[in-house]
Amino acid sequence: MTTNDELQQQLIKDLLIESFEGLDRFDREMLALEKGAGTSDTPNIIFRVIHTIKGTAGCLGLSKIESVAHVGENLLSALREGKVSVTPPLINALLAYADALREMLRSLETERHEGEADYSELLRRLQDLNCETAAPVPPAAPAAPAGWGLFEEEPSAESPVTPPPATVAKAPPIMPEIEPAARPGSGGTPANAPSAADSAIRVNVDQLDKLMNLVGELVLARNQIVQHCGPAQDHGLLAASQRLNLITTELQEGVMKTRMQPIGNIWAKFPRVVRDVAGELGKEVQLVMEGNQTELDRTIIEAIKDPLTHIVRNAIDHGIEGPAERRAAGKPDTGMLILRAFHEGGQVNIEIMDDGRGVNIVRVKQKAIERGLVSVEQAGRLSDREALNLIFLPGFSTAEKVTNVSGRGVGMDVVKTNIEKIGGAVDVVSDSGRGSTVKIKIPLTLAIIPALIVTSGGERFAIPQVSLLELVRLEDDQKRKGIELLCGTPVYRLRGRLLPLCYLNQQLKLVPATAGQLAADLAQADAVNMVVLQADGRQFGLVVDQINDTEEIVVKPLGKQLKGIACFAGATIMGDGRVALILDVLGLAQHANIVSEVRDRAQPDKARTDQTVGDRQTLLLFDAGASTRMAIPLSMVARLEEFPRKSLERSGEQEVIQYRGQIIPLIRVADHIARVGILPEDLSDPMQVVIYAENGRSVGLVVGRIDDIVEEVITVKRESSGRGTLGSVVIKEKVTDLLDVSAIIRAADPAFYLDHPATLAA
Amino acid sequence: MSTRKQFCTFSLNGLFFGVEVLRVQEVIRYQEMTAVPLAPAMVEGLINLRGQIVTAIDLRRRLELPPRTGDSLPLNVVVRSDDGAVSLLVDEIGDVVEIDDEAFERKPETLTGVARELVQGVYKLRDRLLLVLDTERTINVTSPGSHAQ
Repeated sequence: MTTNDELQQQLIKDLLIESFEGLDRFDREMLALEKGAGTSDTPNIIFRVIHTIKGTAGCLGLSKIESVAHVGENLLSALREGKVSVTPPLINALLAYADALREMLRSLETERHEGEADYSELLRRLQDLNCETAAPVPPAAPAAPAGWGLFEEEPSAESPVTPPPATVAKAPPIMPEIEPAARPGSGGTPANAPSAADSAIRVNVDQLDKLMNLVGELVLARNQIVQHCGPAQDHGLLAASQRLNLITTELQEGVMKTRMQPIGNIWAKFPRVVRDVAGELGKEVQLVMEGNQTELDRTIIEAIKDPLTHIVRNAIDHGIEGPAERRAAGKPDTGMLILRAFHEGGQVNIEIMDDGRGVNIVRVKQKAIERGLVSVEQAGRLSDREALNLIFLPGFSTAEKVTNVSGRGVGMDVVKTNIEKIGGAVDVVSDSGRGSTVKIKIPLTLAIIPALIVTSGGERFAIPQVSLLELVRLEDDQKRKGIELLCGTPVYRLRGRLLPLCYLNQQLKLVPATAGQLAADLAQADAVNMVVLQADGRQFGLVVDQINDTEEIVVKPLGKQLKGIACFAGATIMGDGRVALILDVLGLAQHANIVSEVRDRAQPDKARTDQTVGDRQTLLLFDAGASTRMAIPLSMVARLEEFPRKSLERSGEQEVIQYRGQIIPLIRVADHIARVGILPEDLSDPMQVVIYAENGRSVGLVVGRIDDIVEEVITVKRESSGRGTLGSVVIKEKVTDLLDVSAIIRAADPAFYLDHPATLAA
Repeated sequence: MSTRKQFCTFSLNGLFFGVEVLRVQEVIRYQEMTAVPLAPAMVEGLINLRGQIVTAIDLRRRLELPPRTGDSLPLNVVVRSDDGAVSLLVDEIGDVVEIDDEAFERKPETLTGVARELVQGVYKLRDRLLLVLDTERTINVTSPGSHAQ
């Protein structure tokens, strides 16, 4: 009994896989037919797909699918024999019919029955189409309904399909064209002949994964053998180990390849999507696909399917204009949508280009303000590129009206999250009036990644190369001078920028270390090995005991007992067979408080106003000059300098100073914060200057006195109390204003933020 | 009409435990282990079981028994779970015993501590008592995350 059930389930599973594939093919061939690009075999292929579904469904007792399939089969049979001609209504009806079949199959897949939907109207449409042409031939007309009637006895939920009213049936054919004669070759092919795809077999994915694991093991065994054979004198053994080496490498590549699929597999459905969406919106869109054969790991293919569909829909809905608008803009009526995929630098690039209106940056900003994603002031400060990135914020949609096509609550933010989840990145480029391009970069595979192996506390750890920026080694003098402690928080000046440091030993509690211990260790070690990493747009230095090598590692998941530890992304097996943990750079950065615990995308100018809310941060406290205590995040400070008053010079209206071969503008913070009363003109001598650098430009902020550096959990107690401040906080029992550095710089030197689009940390 | 069950038995701190044999994938000798920093204390480390990475749980710590003394190495009892294999570290491995269901008794109400949570029941053997472990619960060490320590 149970085996019977299992068999039935297995058969149904096979039916589902086969039918979904068949229906995709059906769609493609239908579209080819519509464009007139079909071959003489096209109607046969279409017919066979449906015939197979009908046949299999019938065998499995799926009466509803069988009966629905049957009606279409009649029509397709007529099409095959050339009795009906290809018309837009016919194509539409047949595509809708394919969707109906899909719907039932899906319901079968998820709910284990064929669903309750009523397709009688669709079936009537199909019959009408069949009858329109069949009507002139007297015996054909009753034949179709009779054939249909056979299945009426089935106790299905659908309502009876009545034969079409005579008036409709006798309506003149819509297409007055001469029906094509039976196509050559169409008669000769048996309806259910096996397709030419016998050279391929279906393999269970689990089977492939198992193979992959075994190959991984073999690679390890190979490594050990090769290591042992190194010193051996036996030539036979050496030769054998070399052969083993080669074969294993080839086998590994071969097995990897079995998991790869061309991206064309997911693109195959886009012609249909484009056609439908464009049709719905009354637009004309031509889809061009380049690089169909670009291969990706199947896990990645799965993961990018939905994001890609969303971007394509978006491009047609928001990007490409209607024909009238296009004509007015001097473009051809038909919009172009180009999908392109290619390999580059070990990554897969996917670009979705349209020649539509581009992204309207003003409207994007407006929308973001309306939705409360940014403040008016923040929006004003954004560069075009930053503004463009607003579309990736959660809850953002530029559609003026929510259409059926896009704007259903899932937005570009989901696209971005999903792509980042698999280690990819997404970016938008827009040329107003000329179109926009969404660029996606994704890794080839998730299973095997290049990683840097480091040692700390006697254990090896793997760091995914994606997050790796550079390696820094400090010896003797450099070490003593390079690493500075700010109230116990170590920082390193990397080319003039302060890089927060964290010690892997300390973060992972590999050695019992306190701040004092740390300093002692530092003094003891011959050299400091630092791995500069990037997480969430922030850079930080990870100090490890030893940097070993880069290696391709096979990523394996951790058991549920260890899932809660954010610092690890998984584990891998090293060449000697031992397990090493893979560091999760973002998790580690969060653990070390380098980035905030919650990734907060809703804060677009994160780099500057960063973490003003409830987060632990290192702050520089200073007296602004009018007995006002102010603070700025230390991460924004490049240097603290003292200048004698006499070095102050003027360039036009601007006070400037010569600093390291540059002329940098000076801004007196006191002038820019709203306070009543005249500020004391006399600056103390020497002047205290906070050097702030961004994108190679520097500016000096003249302050009254540097007070302290503190690490505080800051919560904004009061929103902005005046210009030049972001809000007030209580630090060490005193009210302290957070200086809005970028606003002040903008006010004093509007040119500062021009010409460099990359102010957004993302 | 009594049914019989087979148990894989092992000892821990002088106590005699059993796990249903169907849940046990294999028993292997001590393996080199990679410690997992920040992990719950009862997680001893990770072992490489023919390419599969398996978490090893120190049953002594899990059951809040005193730590292992001397230099005898623990053994791995690898049990299957929905989440892949998990290894339980035990002192000594015993025989596979087949026991009649009639010998089963629910755990005494007076049982306290972790044992109450993890022991399913007791089989009265001729010369001693066999404590049956609930493997799902035993391996369910939800990591308190990196902030626990």
